[in-house]
Amino acid sequence: MTLAVFFGCTFIAFGPAFSLFIFTIARDPLRIIILIAGAFFWLVSLLLSSLIWFIAVKASNPQDEQLQKGLLIFGVMFSVLLQEAFRFLYYKLLRKAIEGLVALSEDGCSPISIQQMAYVAGVGFGLMSGAFSMINLLADSLGPGTVGIHGDSQLYFLTSAFMTMVLIFLHTFWGILFFHGCEHRRWWEIAAVVIMHLTVSGLSFCNPLYVGSLVPSYLLMVGAAAWAYLLSGGSAQNLRRFLLCLRSGASPQPGS
Amino acid sequence: MSEESEESVPLLPLQQESMASALFNTDQNDNSERRRHDNSERRRNDNAESETNGQPQSNVQQVVEQDEEEDEELTLKYGAKHVIMLFVPVTLCMVVVVATIKSVSFYTRKDGQLIYTPFTEETETVGQRALNSILNAAIMISVIIVMTILLVVLYKYRCYKVIHGWLIISSLLLLFFFSFIYLGEVFKTYNVAMDYITVALMIWNFGVVGMICIHWKGPLRLQQAYLIMISALMALVFIKYLPEWTAWLILAVISVYDLIAVLCPKGPLRMLVETAQERNETLFPALIYSSTMIWLVNMAEEDPEAQRKSKNSTYDKKAPANRTQNEDADADDGGFSQEWQQQRDNRIGPIESTPESRAAVQALPSNSQTSEDPEERGVKLGLGDFIFYSVLVGKASATASGDWNTTLACFVAILIVCCSAFSPQEMNSLLVFASSSSLSAKVESSSD
Repeated sequence: MTLAVFFGCTFIAFGPAFSLFIFTIARDPLRIIILIAGAFFWLVSLLLSSLIWFIAVKASNPQDEQLQKGLLIFGVMFSVLLQEAFRFLYYKLLRKAIEGLVALSEDGCSPISIQQMAYVAGVGFGLMSGAFSMINLLADSLGPGTVGIHGDSQLYFLTSAFMTMVLIFLHTFWGILFFHGCEHRRWWEIAAVVIMHLTVSGLSFCNPLYVGSLVPSYLLMVGAAAWAYLLSGGSAQNLRRFLLCLRSGASPQPGS
Repeated sequence: MSEESEESVPLLPLQQESMASALFNTDQNDNSERRRHDNSERRRNDNAESETNGQPQSNVQQVVEQDEEEDEELTLKYGAKHVIMLFVPVTLCMVVVVATIKSVSFYTRKDGQLIYTPFTEETETVGQRALNSILNAAIMISVIIVMTILLVVLYKYRCYKVIHGWLIISSLLLLFFFSFIYLGEVFKTYNVAMDYITVALMIWNFGVVGMICIHWKGPLRLQQAYLIMISALMALVFIKYLPEWTAWLILAVISVYDLIAVLCPKGPLRMLVETAQERNETLFPALIYSSTMIWLVNMAEEDPEAQRKSKNSTYDKKAPANRTQNEDADADDGGFSQEWQQQRDNRIGPIESTPESRAAVQALPSNSQTSEDPEERGVKLGLGDFIFYSVLVGKASATASGDWNTTLACFVAILIVCCSAFSPQEMNSLLVFASSSSLSAKVESSSD
């Protein structure tokens, strides 16, 4: 494939995420550390879930197609649940971190708020998840070959890139929603995040009918974005002011 | 092969430095008050040795107190900043190693083994392979231990010339020979036509500038770049010549050995660092990656003794002192060239730079060797750590049959290790309440 495919897919998948990183996270070393730690937590959750799936696959009959497909679905669902569990663990860790930061600071307030941490943790989860999805694809796209020459979809790389982008955004918003739910003890918010995650992952089994997986995922992303925006203190009024560039206080930013 | 015996040469000092820096960090978890006291003592000692040109004692006292208050405010922010300052070079080194492994096939081709790992891993049974790799790792580790002890003994008995010569030889080897091989292989991979004359010129320039930057003075960024490059070259050599099981085993055993050597009271590396601290000397400046310039490069200094001390404390003092005295006698313009002086005069008005005025400026606490502003205090990381991490990531990417996920996972894991190992206070604050004094002691100790 060509360099155009490589660069195109890279920028589609990671462009928005890297812009978020550069403009909101790269300046503050504490946020970079939280990002990397979030990525690490996602990595550990993936490692554990893939271990379970691997054991299940090895212990089963490789010839049975239905069973293998069933195991795959089971693996995906288990992985989603484990990822959310690790998000909760990370929330616990960051809670303790805030207490430590408050104790260490001079004026009794932490240099970073739990909402900012939620946003950064979400971006960390999303970036790592996106990287794991896309990197092998991108490496292959630099080599020779034709996409879908054996009858598969020709849009595979492109749709993977779009799916990765939406997943990174979704992880960011889920981070905000999840932490808000944990903070204010609203278990239904947490349940909503888990259900959304399960839905998006389950929809990916519609592939190669890409309209079945991409379109609902984008709709869910818009919904999650609006919800996260409202939870972070945004409102229709703020949005109007921002769009009309009216100067009356801080313009709305996610998670600040 | 002669290069193999030489290969042990750079290996040990690089390990020392990783331990030195680790020790700096573990030290502050001990009696932090004692460390702070030691540091302020050291400042007063520095005064006696005219590094700050006869600064009166009271200034030091005030500076130390003000320092403590500032530290408590700024420690947390700068603790995180220091971790990021370490992320960048470690990431760069790993990127260079992974890029090379993925593109240049020379470093993944099996071309024999080092003499330190004589047992082959191409055996018939798994048990035999395991046994061979254990034996290889044992031999390698004992070589490392022997070399470490030798280095500590040399340092203790002040055989600075031997150590100096050893370091020079190993940097020469890395900068000239290994980079020549690397360049050759890169040219082969990309099918670039090249003649020996051009290559000789390139390698000569690269090597000489590298020797100057690393062992003498040079722009900070250039020195950092060279240290990263030689770490990457060393890591590539290990990735090529160590068979797989041996490599993983050595990595595991070295981590354990590091902990023992640094934390045990009789550990060789701990003794090395303590001896260096007793003597108020910096440890082998050529083999530690430092994120700030600790010594003033163009300091106009009348006293050659202090100038030598601030940079090459382990090196021979006599020859440089003579040279500096001659320079000073010739043109006492403080080392500033005519054009520079004119520019400065144009910008900020005429200033007479006399020995007295220079001495007065140097008497100010701000430009002493240990800077009071925590932002300027850098972090130091031994090159052994760079090599260790790069070998880990490089081996993972070489053996994982082209899978980038493995490389990425190793990379993130190493960053987390960097995070927790080099800013224990940061992680402590995330997990338990940490005392701010230990953090400021760590920041102070990292500036030594």
